Formats: sequence, structure tokens, C-alpha cells
Amino acid sequence: MKKRTHLGILSAVLAVGMALAGCGGGGSSSGGGGSEPASSSGGESSASSGGSGQAASGGTLEKILIATQTPLSGQQSNVGDSLKTGAEYALKLQQDEFKKMGFDLQLFPQDDQADPKQGVTNAEMLVSNPDVLGVVGHYNTGVSIPASAKYDSASLAMISPGSTGVQLTEEGRKAVHRICARDDQQGPKGAKYAMEKLGVKSVFFIHDKTAYGQGLADQAKATFEKGGVQVLGYDGITQGEKDYSAVLNQAVSKKPDMIYFGGIYPEGGILAKQARDKGFEGYFMGGDGLDSPELIKIAGAAAEGILYTSITGDISGTDDGKKWQEDYKAAMGKNAENYSVYGFDAMNVMLDGLKRAIEANGGKKPTREQVLEAVHSTKDFQGKFIKVTFDEKGDNEYADVFIWKVNNGKAEYVERVE
Amino acid sequence: MLSMLPQVLIDGLTLGFMYAVVALGYTMVYGILEFINFAHGEIFMVGAFVGTEVLLITDSLGALEGMNPFVAFLITLIISMAITGLLGITIERVAYRPLRNAPRLVPLISAIGVSFLLQDLVRFTEAIARNAFILNGPQLFTGKFDLGFAQIPSKSIVIIVIAIAMMVGLSLFISKSKWGIAMRAVSQDQSTASLMTINVDKVIMLTFLIGSSLGGATGVLFAQNYGSIDPFIGFILGMKAFTAAVLGGIGNIKGAMFGGVVIGLVESLAGAYMGQLTNGAFGAEYKDVIAFSILILVLLFKPEGLFGEAVKEKV
Amino acid sequence: MAKIPVKGFFKDRKIPLWFTIVWVIAFSIALKVLDQSVIAFMGVLFSIIFVYYTDSPKWMRLVLGGAILLLIIPLVAGENRYYMEVASQVGIYVAMALGLNIVVGFAGLLDLGYVAFFAAGAYAYGIFATSQANNFIEGNLFPLSGEWFWPFLLVGLLVAALFGILLGLPVLRVKGDYLAIVTLGFGEIIRIVFNNLDKPVNITNGPQGLTPIASPELFGFALNKPFYFYFIVLFCIALIVLANVRFEHSRLGRAWIAIREDELAAQSMGISLLHTKLAAFATGASFAGVVGVIFAAKQTFIDPTSFTLMESFSILVMVILGGMGSIPGVVLGAAFVTVLQVQLLKEFSNFLHSLQAAGVINLPSQLDPSKFQRLIFGLLLVLVALFRPNGLIPAKRNKNDIDAIKNSPYAREKLGILSRSASEK
Repeated sequence: MKKRTHLGILSAVLAVGMALAGCGGGGSSSGGGGSEPASSSGGESSASSGGSGQAASGGTLEKILIATQTPLSGQQSNVGDSLKTGAEYALKLQQDEFKKMGFDLQLFPQDDQADPKQGVTNAEMLVSNPDVLGVVGHYNTGVSIPASAKYDSASLAMISPGSTGVQLTEEGRKAVHRICARDDQQGPKGAKYAMEKLGVKSVFFIHDKTAYGQGLADQAKATFEKGGVQVLGYDGITQGEKDYSAVLNQAVSKKPDMIYFGGIYPEGGILAKQARDKGFEGYFMGGDGLDSPELIKIAGAAAEGILYTSITGDISGTDDGKKWQEDYKAAMGKNAENYSVYGFDAMNVMLDGLKRAIEANGGKKPTREQVLEAVHSTKDFQGKFIKVTFDEKGDNEYADVFIWKVNNGKAEYVERVE
Repeated sequence: MLSMLPQVLIDGLTLGFMYAVVALGYTMVYGILEFINFAHGEIFMVGAFVGTEVLLITDSLGALEGMNPFVAFLITLIISMAITGLLGITIERVAYRPLRNAPRLVPLISAIGVSFLLQDLVRFTEAIARNAFILNGPQLFTGKFDLGFAQIPSKSIVIIVIAIAMMVGLSLFISKSKWGIAMRAVSQDQSTASLMTINVDKVIMLTFLIGSSLGGATGVLFAQNYGSIDPFIGFILGMKAFTAAVLGGIGNIKGAMFGGVVIGLVESLAGAYMGQLTNGAFGAEYKDVIAFSILILVLLFKPEGLFGEAVKEKV
Repeated sequence: MAKIPVKGFFKDRKIPLWFTIVWVIAFSIALKVLDQSVIAFMGVLFSIIFVYYTDSPKWMRLVLGGAILLLIIPLVAGENRYYMEVASQVGIYVAMALGLNIVVGFAGLLDLGYVAFFAAGAYAYGIFATSQANNFIEGNLFPLSGEWFWPFLLVGLLVAALFGILLGLPVLRVKGDYLAIVTLGFGEIIRIVFNNLDKPVNITNGPQGLTPIASPELFGFALNKPFYFYFIVLFCIALIVLANVRFEHSRLGRAWIAIREDELAAQSMGISLLHTKLAAFATGASFAGVVGVIFAAKQTFIDPTSFTLMESFSILVMVILGGMGSIPGVVLGAAFVTVLQVQLLKEFSNFLHSLQAAGVINLPSQLDPSKFQRLIFGLLLVLVALFRPNGLIPAKRNKNDIDAIKNSPYAREKLGILSRSASEK
């Protein structure tokens, strides 16, 4: 009896293993052993390199993987999924183009679970898979930083669609890029708008105790303090909880002109709602973490008047943008969120770099260094909604900050902050 | 600073009663099986989702419009309790019963496994059905009573009344009914109870049925109170409720209730006053630290929890 | 070939030596030749189990196991950073599970806040190996260079042991599941405090975390690749396993097991509960502290999200799954859970994904295979608990001892009815 269960377990382990062997073999057989396939295919594609537009002889497409690294399980999987789906859509649109150049371009989505350990393990997996030529991710700054050290050691280009923490690009790693604004751009610009345009005189800060939320709140607080605005309080909440009445009792009783929230929309929506319930009448402001249609659903009527900063300009305002949203929904079966836009354009930047690297390499599959070089030198690239030029550190020079406001149950574009 | 005290206490009580009812579920199972049912928080979460879905579907059929909110609420409550009760029995049957003679900590593993399963199953179901797993339901009770110095939302009253009703009902059931007596007998000594012609399996099933449906009912209350739920609410709330159950003396119904209210009040007070009392050095972030520190202190002086002496009359 | 005893393959160490050797060689070659396939890597990794069950003298098994860990794995998988990363993570969790095994498995004290000691070790190194310490120590002395990694292994051990004693002192009065919730609370308190100690004095840098943490250096040479960490971890595990084995049969170890079985009886036999329990907490904690230092150096970045309650749970899962109190069981449990989480589930979802890309299966975007990891993990936990309730390799001592006592002629005389019921079974 005992023995049989023993064997049972082992054979189950082996069975799973066998199944994986299929994938492991399959995955790496096309590119096993690092540089070898590049050289073996070198001859083949040099034959066809004359016309890179010409379809490579059928069936011998070379595989290129672009990975996404976002939280796909756990509390933050909503955001992670939007980012991933956005990137997936961008990749799908260009798959045919790459096929014509002789490449089988595939998405390689990974779940970093918003956990630095998982992020690093995934990073090592991507680094050791020679087909992976670029990474779009991560979302959390705390995961981006340790993972970027791994990418950097292998010259694997990384473009983060949503890590806004200042530290990330200050560590001097060449592989690191991001298309979003840094906390020290977003926080101060939001604060500036609040002081100059709204005439805010007193603020209560709430943050979600994460690297993003607290970082943003800190940056905004510094600017508010410099502008002589009274800071009435600065308190943290726990991500994932639903009852914030304790902190809000304190905040509302002090009657601030504005509650500034550093954090993301599931908490932001509830905070706004509970604050209004308690009779708060001032402004409610946050950063790009609030940038989601879900915010309005969660907060309901209380969403009215919520302000947030975002780096995407007007999406649904233009006909072009509306059409994009419809196409997106038709292709992916999901509504486009602003996070989908970040994922979408981060992937576009990556693919643009990849294309230029392929061209520079005479139509052959480029090395990681070449892709990194191309991505790093991205200049004046116009994505669908975000314009990108990377500076020396990997920050986006065009990462503008725009103000959005919820009006009649819809987020409306207000203005660009200088 | 003191002017907000009444409001802080009201909010703390509402939260505390929520913890208390979830704590009941932990305490009941523990009282009978001496086993921490870590999946209980997830059952609570499923209850919240079932309740919200019921309301959303009735609403989309246009039936919610003319309905008395109390009727709608009761219907939701009953459906949700029925489903979570069944879920509880199923989990017991599949994941716990085969392990009754296994080493003491092994059911803990399957409970953690069941938690992961339920979280992701709900997540996938909602992702397919509604394209997002954060669910926002209609709220039935939106009024509030303004007392001048504080506001009492009507939903808080509903929550507190229902929570007390459930606890009183449960106490009566345990102390007076035949099944309740059987439950107490099983918690004292399973093999002796079975010699007294008590069907131990059935009693345990009943315990899970009642505990889980209470959890489901709390889920509905929770969804009504906060409006927005996600598949991960069970873990955090379950942890707090479990702390509450231990604080009061696990296995004891009065203790669970008292512990829940204490934890709710402590959190609310700490969240509101921490920052002011320490001049910003330590903020509301420390509210959980204070709650856990109180727990540790209490257990130091009363290692069986606040109502520990009553531990013999476990559920 | 027909000689392999299929029945009782694992019982009583019946695997013939030649089978183990052939297995190891076959998979090592496969790993080298067959494009670094996952199955081959798993085969090499799990050959350790076969070594454990091989039918040969102890020294032979030790030599074989040592050769696989020290030579074969680095030789055949050393070039693949991912595999080395997996192997070092397995090592880190094995070390922690062994530490927790002392508290839970030997001494029978349910600890749900174990990760706090891991955090203590990680932060002990993290704070001084970054410029963080300059915030509260004058003189711009930091960050310390990577050479300091080695002494800090000892510092991490001491700091964590201190935390263990601090936790142990107040909780000694509470028992059983009350102890579980107290330790859980302690773990959460430590995490929350680390997450908030950026004011009034900035000690931990709060949620922003500590970075960049210096990599270990040896004679000026930076050991910053998974390959090196594999050896560092291996070295530590060797010491920890040795300590565990020594403890198990020592006076202290027997005292732990005695208080696990019956506290009152142990006390009346003259065992000091205070010292014994404190020693269990301190020893268990110190192992976590050492690997905490290694973890911090390996990650080069730490923040409080790495030390959540879930982490404590998963270490406990490793111990219980493997078999509480059984050293080989715990090692296997930790390896099984870690490999599952950091490799197999990922590869499985990649595999499903490649099927989807090839059009074999068609799932809507909501059910993308990359989201299934936790679901499958949960399912496996339930299944393993149901089918292996005593752990993958159950502790032998427990059962054998009772049987031995009951079956001894002396006991037959003294136990009366009890002995009969035992022998009738």
C-alpha cells in the first residue's frame, strides 16, 4: 500500500516532468546552446538577406520571443493583465510584418506575482532562453529593480510600462528603460496643478505603503510643502483591505482642501467613496495608479470630481483613439484600460527597436546587445499614444504629465501640466 | 480631536461585528475538531460573491427596482447561506474527512490548498463572466442617521443587528437544541459521543454547514457595507477574524464575539489616533501591530484567551 | 533488468547501486546533449532521492550524493543561469525548512511567523551592505564591501537567534494553536515594522527597499552569479544538515522530541521547558538568519514584500509535506515545493502557452495559461495531503519507537492489555 503511493507520487512528478520535457525540448530546440542557432541560421538568412521583405522560404521562420513580466495572479493581477493584454495586442498587430522578414515573433508572458523573488527567478529563466530578445515589464518598481540587475548582466533590453519609482533608473543599468513618468515628475506636477489651478491650501496625504504609493505621496508632499501648503496629515493604509474609515475619520475631521492618495485604484475608489460618505467635500487627487475605468465603477457616484495625473493624453477624445479602443475590444475581448495603453506602447517601442536591430544586422536575427543598443537609442518614436525618446538613464524624455478628471461618470482630459 | 470619537467607535463596532461573525466560523470548527479551518476566509469570500451576483442578476432582470430592500436582502442572504453551507460540507467531505486520523497539521495543508483553489476559481469565473474580478454590487441600504456629533449609516445598523441575531441564535441552538447538545458532546470526546449513538460524521457535517453559512452571510453583509469586493478579501479578513477568535478564547462563542469587537475597535482607534498621539512619528500603519500586540499581551496573562475559563464548554 | 524490485522500490533502500549510477549518467548526458531540457535537469536534481534510497553503504551514498551536488550539477547545468538559480533557491528553502523543522518537527511548536527570522537576517546584511546605515551611523562608513559578507553570515545567525529568543520568551506560556497565532502576530509585527521604519529614523528605508546590496567577494573577486551562490548555499546546507543530524540524536534533540510528545511527562523527567523551547526557537531562527544574509546578497535588493505571511505558510507547507521531524523528508518537501513554484509550474504554463500559440488549444484571454500557477499549486497541495498524509518521507522514529516499546518482552509483561491490543493488530 505504502509503496504503491510512493511510486504513485513519483510517477506523477515524472509525468508532469515528461509533459514539460516536451515543452522544454520544443522551446529550446530551436535555439538551444546560446549563440549556435544564430550562426547556423546565419548562412541561411544571409542567402535571403538581400530582400528582407521577401518571405523566408516557408517553414524556416526563426523564433523570437518578447517576454512580458507582470503580476498575473494575486491582488494586482487586474493591472498586470491589462498591461500584458495591451502588449499582446501590439505584438499581434505586427506578427505578420515580422513573418515577412523571416521571423516567428511570439509573446512569452510570465507571471511575476508582484513578488521580487518570482520576478528574479523569471528573469533568470528569460536570460537563459536565447530566443528571448526583450522584456516588457515589470509593473512594481520593487520587482523591476532586482530583476533589472539580471537583465543588465545579460544585456537583455527591458522596457517597463509602469514602474514609476525614482530609484529604478538611478542605478545606472543600461538595460533599464521605462516609458512612464517618474514619481518625481508626476507627484510634483500634480501638486503644482493643485496649487496653481485649484488653489489648494491644505492637504491630507494617504498612501498604500507600497514603493509606488509612498514614493508618489512623498514626492507630491515635498512640492506641496515647498509651495507653502499646509500638510494636515500623512498616513498609510493596508493594500487589500476594504475598510478605511479609521484613517478617513482623521482626515475628514481636519477638513483639508484636498486628500492626496498615493496608490492604485481598488483602494483609491473605496477611499473616495468612504470619504464622501463621511461628508468630505474637498478635492480627491492621485497618480496614474487611479487611471482605470474600474475606479469609477468602484467609487460609484463618489468618483465625480476625482483628479489624477497620467502620462497618457487624451485617448477616447479623438476618433482615432476611439477606433483603437473598439479594435482592441474586438481583438482581445477586453475593454482597453489606460494600463493597456502603457503595455501596448511599451511593446511598440520594443518592436521598433527590434526591427531596427534586425535591419542593422542585415536582416538576420540580432543579438541581445544589438537589440539593447537599438532600444536604448530610441528617439522621437511616436507610439499610439505615448511619444518616446530615451535619455541616458533610460527615462522617457517625453513622459509628459496630463491631468484627468472624472466628470459625469467618465474620465475627462483636462490639460497638460508644464 | 475628541469630537470624532463617537464616529470612530461606530465604525469600529461595525468592523468588529463583521470580524465577530467570521470568527464564529473558526471557533465552531475548532471547538469540534481542534483544527484551524484556514479556508473559512475563502468561504466568506464566496458568500460575498454569491450575494453580489444574486443582486446584480436580479437587478439586471429589473426585479430589484420595486422590491423592498429588506426582502431583497433576506433573499440574498438565504441563497448565499445555502450555497456556502453546501460548499463547506463539500470541502469537509473531500479535503478534511479523509485526513481526520492524519497528523494534526496535515489538514492545514489541504486547507491552504483549498484556499488557493477557491480564490482562483472565483477569479476566473468572474473574469469570464464580467471581464474583471473586482465586483461592485448594488447597495440596498444607503441612508444614514445624522446625530450631529456622528453619523450612523443604516447599513451599520443592519450589520450589527443581524450579527447579534446570528450569535444569539447560534448560542441558543448550541445550548438548547438536540443537535447542539450532540455537537457539544462530540467536542468533548468523539469516541464516547459515538458510543452514545451520536453520529459523529453528521455532527461534524452540521458544524461545517452552520459555520460556512454564517461565513457566507457575513460575506453578504461585507459586500453590502463596502460595495466593492475581490477574491482576496477572505485572506485578510480571515486572518483578523482568526486573531479575534483566539483573543476571545478559541472554541468559545462569547469569546469570538467579544474578540471581534475588541479587534475592530482597536483598529479603528489606532487608525484614527495613532498619528496624532505620536505627532506623526508612528501612523495608522501600526494599527495591526497594536492589534497583534494586544493579542500577545492578553495571551501572556491569560494563555487561554479572554474567556478561557469557559473553554470546557466548547461549542 | 528484471531484477529491479518494483514492489518496495523505495522501502528499505532497495534501489540497486547500478540503477542509480545509470540514472545519473543518463540524465547528465541528456542534460548536456539535449539542449538543456527541463526534464533532464529534473532527472539530475531528483537523482538525489535515488541516492538516498540506494542499496549500498552509507559512505558510498554520501560520496555519490556529494559528487552529484558538487561536480555533476555544476558541470552539466552550470552554464545555464536559470537552472543554477533554481538550484540555489531550492537550497535556500531547504535550509529554512530544516530550521523550521527543529521548531515544528522536533519540538512540536507550531510557528506561523518563521519568515520574520529570515527577514531579520536579510535586513541585517542589507542595511550595512548598502548606504542605508549612513542614515543613523555617523561617518559615511557604508556600504561595506562584499568581503564583509562572510562575517555577516555569523551576524545574521546571531541577530536571528536573538529574535528567536525574544519571541520565545513571551510565548512560552501559550500552547498549541495559541502559540501559532502569537507567532503569526509576531511575524506580521516584524514585517509591518520593517515596512514603516523609514521614520522617525530611516533604518529600513520602508517600502522602497534596500538596494544595491553588495555581492559577496572573495579575495577581491565578486561572486555575483547564481553559479557562485549555488556553492555558498550548498556549503551552508551541508553545515545545517550536519547540525540537524547531530541535534536529532543529542541530549537536546531528545528533549525536544520529549516535549513534543508530552510536555508534562518531559517536565517531570527533569527537562527544563524554558531552556529547551528557547533553544528550539533560537536554533531554528539562526538557520533562517544565515540564509537571509545569502538571500539578500543574491537578490541585491530586499523589501518587505519578500517576507509576507504567505512565505511563512509555504515554508510550513514544505515541512509538513515532506514529513515533520524527518530530515530527508523535509529536504525533499522543500525541494519539491520550490521546484514546483519556481520552475515546473512556470514551464508548464509556458508549455500550455506554446500549445495555444500553435493553435492546439484555444483559451480566451481571461484564462491565459500563465495565470494558472497558483491554482495548480493549490490543487497539488490538497492532493499530496490526501495521498501522503504522513509526508513524502515520514519520520521513522516516531512510529518505530512506539512499536519497539510495545513489542519488547519487558513491555509485554508490564503493559498487560495494551500490549495485547498492539500485538493483535
